[in-house]
Amino acid sequence: MRVAVPAVQGAFAEQIAYFKAAGADAFEVRNLRDWENARADALVLPGGESTVQRKLIRSTGLFEPLEEAIARGMPVFATCAGAILLARKIEGEEPFFGALDIEIRRNGYGRQNESFSTSCTVWGIDDFPATFIRAPTISAIGKDVEVVARCNGMPTGVKCARIIALAWHPELSRDLRLGRKFLEMAAG
Amino acid sequence: MSENRQEINRNLAQMLKGGVIMDVTTPEQAKIAEAAGAAAVMALERIPADIRAAGGVSRMSDPAMIKGIQDAVSIPVMAKCRIGHIAEARVLEAIGIDYIDESEVLSPADDLYHIDKNKFRAPFVCGARDLGEALRRIGEGAAMIRTKGEPGTGDVVQAVRHLRKMQSEIRRIAALREDEIFEAAKQLAAPLDLVKYVHDNGKLPVVNFAAGGVATPADAALMMELGAEGVFVGSGIFKSGDPAKRAAAIVRATADWQDAKLVAELSANLGAAMVGINATEIQLIMEERGK
Repeated sequence: MRVAVPAVQGAFAEQIAYFKAAGADAFEVRNLRDWENARADALVLPGGESTVQRKLIRSTGLFEPLEEAIARGMPVFATCAGAILLARKIEGEEPFFGALDIEIRRNGYGRQNESFSTSCTVWGIDDFPATFIRAPTISAIGKDVEVVARCNGMPTGVKCARIIALAWHPELSRDLRLGRKFLEMAAG
Repeated sequence: MSENRQEINRNLAQMLKGGVIMDVTTPEQAKIAEAAGAAAVMALERIPADIRAAGGVSRMSDPAMIKGIQDAVSIPVMAKCRIGHIAEARVLEAIGIDYIDESEVLSPADDLYHIDKNKFRAPFVCGARDLGEALRRIGEGAAMIRTKGEPGTGDVVQAVRHLRKMQSEIRRIAALREDEIFEAAKQLAAPLDLVKYVHDNGKLPVVNFAAGGVATPADAALMMELGAEGVFVGSGIFKSGDPAKRAAAIVRATADWQDAKLVAELSANLGAAMVGINATEIQLIMEERGK
């Protein structure tokens, strides 16, 4: 499984290490040339600052091919800023890819003082270590979207078709279950 | 501070990697920086070049001014306190700052002790010139490290020296036999557990940015080449002819620093860079502040 990770800004190295540990061939995509050579089977959108990532994904020319790949149904795993980039609606901002029917609020919990770690219930299993860093909140969910992760009752992760998007960072833990689950879904 | 909090604070720096953190003095500048692609802004009353020119005692910025910048942007906002000034740090924590820079750019409040940053909930970034200094700051609770450089000069020579020194010391520690680590910790005057971490992992336990004198896209690319995980740009942007354009060019060069053709395009027609002053021509050596 070849997993492309756009490496414009943020925690892309962590995602590559996470998916390598989960058994995939994960690699950086920094520009159009990298993407054209990638022959990617799946896409991972890492955490970071979404304002920076949206600017750089555009200026590197990666926006159009990534948008097209997502529209064609390429499996996508997105965390934090990545989930923001996918959302159909972003409070107070224009959407970016707009491919996932959720509404999201940036920094929904507040500033770094409000960042926290806890455990999340994912697919009914309730011991996933979850770190929220200036994380977004999911404020509305479309009818075809399934809530797959909850923390303290709040929806924090969703699945729609072959997209999984989380407000938190499984890649900052050593728990590979979610990565493996995504790879299984992508292979299926 | 719990171990968990320390980890969460280190995690925020991981999210800033590959990014540019820009000094700003007004909400308007903060908005320009955010629009240009800054990963975070450093709110301060005067940029280092002006602090250097004005002389006198330089302190934490007015909290009202910092709050104005927090309200203007959605990206993380950092601010500086004086080295050892526990009370200034508490003020910054109280207003919900995302990162506190215990900074040699301001006049030190304590010429012996740094702040015990483990006692705070807010994360700290600290300057370091070498591995020992970096590990001492991390031992005190710093969740992110930057090189000291020589702030406000527009001269990268110190930042380059600090970055090279740190990287070469890390390589040296990683190559040691296990029974040599104790002596290395003594020589570095650094906590043993952190020296062991560097030995086992070949890197610092926290994110390391470059800072000091970065003024051009090529300067930023040089820092990334030498192993920085991102850059701080202080006076270089808002002391230049076209801040918005230069800021965006530095952001792009930091992200895709290996593409020399791109850095060439980004460097073209940027207008006047900050004039700068050679680090050897200055009287006040800020990097000497705090060891």
